[in-house]
Amino acid sequence: MNTKNEIPEVDIVVDEKAGVIREIKPEKLASKKANERRSNTIIYVILVLMSIIWLAPFVFLVFQSFRSYALEGGGMVDYLLPKTWSLDNYRWLFNPENSNFLRWYGNTFIIALFCSVIQTMMILSVSYTLSRLRFKGRKFIMNTVLVLGLFPGFLTMITLYFLLKQLGLTQTGAIPGLILIYCASSGMGYYISKGFFDTLPKSLDESARIDGATRFQVFLKIIMPLTKPIVIYTILMAFMAPWGDYVFASYVAFGSEPNYNVAVGLYRWVNVADYQGYFTRFCAGGVLVAVPITILFMCLQKYYVEGVTGGAVKG
Amino acid sequence: MTDLDYLKLSKPQKMLVDLRRFLAALPGHIGNGLKNLVMFIVNFFKGIGLAIVDVIQTFIHGDWKTKVSYFVMGFGSCARGQWGRGILFFVFQTLFNFYMFNPNASQSGLYYLGKLSTLGTIETHKEGRRTVYGDNSFFILLYGVLTIFFIIAFIYTWYTNIQQNKISEQILKSGHKLKSTKDDLQSLMDEQFHKTLLALPVLGVTVFTILPIIFMILVAFTNFDMTHQPPGKLFTWVGWSNFHELLASDTASHGNTFRQVLLWTLIWAFFATFLNYFLGMLVAIMINKKGIKLKKMWRTILVMTIAIPQFVSLLYVSKMFAADGLINTYLMKWGWISAPIPFWTQPGWARFTIILINVWIGIPYLMLIATGILMNIPADLYESARIDGASAFQMYQKITLPYMLFVTGPYLLTSFTGNINNFNVIFLLSGGKPQSMELTGNAGYTDLLITWLYKMTVNDTNYKLAAVMGILVFLVLAIINLVAYNLIPSVKNEEDFQ
Repeated sequence: MNTKNEIPEVDIVVDEKAGVIREIKPEKLASKKANERRSNTIIYVILVLMSIIWLAPFVFLVFQSFRSYALEGGGMVDYLLPKTWSLDNYRWLFNPENSNFLRWYGNTFIIALFCSVIQTMMILSVSYTLSRLRFKGRKFIMNTVLVLGLFPGFLTMITLYFLLKQLGLTQTGAIPGLILIYCASSGMGYYISKGFFDTLPKSLDESARIDGATRFQVFLKIIMPLTKPIVIYTILMAFMAPWGDYVFASYVAFGSEPNYNVAVGLYRWVNVADYQGYFTRFCAGGVLVAVPITILFMCLQKYYVEGVTGGAVKG
Repeated sequence: MTDLDYLKLSKPQKMLVDLRRFLAALPGHIGNGLKNLVMFIVNFFKGIGLAIVDVIQTFIHGDWKTKVSYFVMGFGSCARGQWGRGILFFVFQTLFNFYMFNPNASQSGLYYLGKLSTLGTIETHKEGRRTVYGDNSFFILLYGVLTIFFIIAFIYTWYTNIQQNKISEQILKSGHKLKSTKDDLQSLMDEQFHKTLLALPVLGVTVFTILPIIFMILVAFTNFDMTHQPPGKLFTWVGWSNFHELLASDTASHGNTFRQVLLWTLIWAFFATFLNYFLGMLVAIMINKKGIKLKKMWRTILVMTIAIPQFVSLLYVSKMFAADGLINTYLMKWGWISAPIPFWTQPGWARFTIILINVWIGIPYLMLIATGILMNIPADLYESARIDGASAFQMYQKITLPYMLFVTGPYLLTSFTGNINNFNVIFLLSGGKPQSMELTGNAGYTDLLITWLYKMTVNDTNYKLAAVMGILVFLVLAIINLVAYNLIPSVKNEEDFQ
């Protein structure tokens, strides 16, 4: 426990007669500045080191994607910089005769597009309702979602697979099938945008209601124009998620290669197919996936940060 | 002990007292919970009893329109001019009847319901050269559950239909007018707006989350596995024996493996949550420090790991750490090591590497959150602390940390829960490997419960054990959440934050 008996080291000299005079001793100031500079230097060193560690894998990935397939093969090698730089791997990917890569890319893009629209609508309606409307069963719905969220997601995988199969949405119908299961339960991820709606003052709704607006009009004309940041955040998340999903995508599209998404296709190149021959192609494919997503993310980073910090604080 | 005594105690002593109080209150909490549960059940049946009495009373006292509505749903509404509601009721009843009493006997609700207790008795067999398909246990179970859902929905709708008749009668008797279909539609955009907004999401969650979860909970009590796969074979109810197979310690069971995997899951979730939390906070403090330039650039560099899809970054990194990967080959080239470091082949190393790489993934996320919160801490707190002569570490310990912990309490909880179910990192990095003879059921040393569950589903098609595991994961998470819910103040009250 701290005792307050010791005299604190402060840059104040106390003069009994004149009261408190704030005066900073020059030699102390200098030592403080030196201290400051030293700690800043340490921080810079740490940050530079971290930046290297954080960027290195991505830089390596790009290097290896430009390695010449014809001269140096497609496997993993024990050196970093390609001896011959070439676009072999990219050319190979862009030729539909070689692989289904372009189709996978298109599939994922379509899924992402649909998901970003449907999921956003679902999430917005659920979070708006739970945040700003009061009705019987509201608490019950929230508690149910809480409990359902504790079950691991893959538990239901086989059931979903057979449900989709009944609807004819597996294998060749995998893309609409995946859109369906990504979107159907997406309303459960309402927390972050509910947190956002909670922060809007309630008087907005009330004054509009007094002026005779229906709840629908309040939603459309008063609240929606204020939700731009959270709408963008939700769209961004919904758009990015399908690019990384391997598990459901591989299960639903199982065996029907043209209907894979990029994650499944590339994963199989590395882990199932003979990855020594496909490694640089995987790198090139990875670059093609990562670059647009990263650019998109960086452009909308502001909204992402708002969503994440808001969500973490409100739970 | 009085409050004053409590305040005089030192920190560890305070924590001890807190813990003792929590434990002392625990039986009370549990007792209360049980009491609530019992009350809930009693009230539930009381409600049903009242509803039945009400239904009978309404039938006796109601007019003929109401009486007909008991058999033809929506008749009363239509007869009183509320066409919209009436037609909806009628359509629902027709659909229900069609589903339940489908003339094609093997697709009707009644058929599935009747077979539910055995999950099918006629096995697929060959008659001469022809294969005769028998019962399909999977569909019997799935549609059996669906039928029960449907029946509950029907009873509820039927009851609503009667209530509507009763209320309409009362309204007409008192001389008022009934709502027209147009009024109904308008109210869906106003007083009943929540129904409009929630209809689709609730339907989606019911069919694609609740139905499958109930189905899988039931599968945990059957012998649905590799050797009992429909349509070729039947499966049936076996009671609790799957729980025994997963938890018991004898040689035919997976008890030892389960305990090891569970322990590693908890260790992993602990490190993945708290290591990332403190390191991420540290990084945020460093970047936010006065006098550090290019703040935005540092953040952007770190955020790369969030932006790039994990299957690209994690798969690539996992190959970097492979025996023939970049890291090992370069370390050998430089002569620092003579043999490759067994990053993925030795249990200890594999676990360490996974936690390490997860820090790489997790720090940026925490850094963003911490940055947002750190900026919200009132600057005058630090100012006065500095005047009192506090060192940087003291300020961190007394101001930053408590503030962060309080504000991010709920986040820590969800993050811990999320990490227990963190599939991607493990699956993409190690795939649960390395495996050994000591672990049964195809589990590996880095497998979490969730990845083991995945393996059981996809590789072994051992659905029954996967279902049991899913239930156990749920129990573990439920316990953690309940305890945390009672200990963390900021989780409890939702409205406080509004």
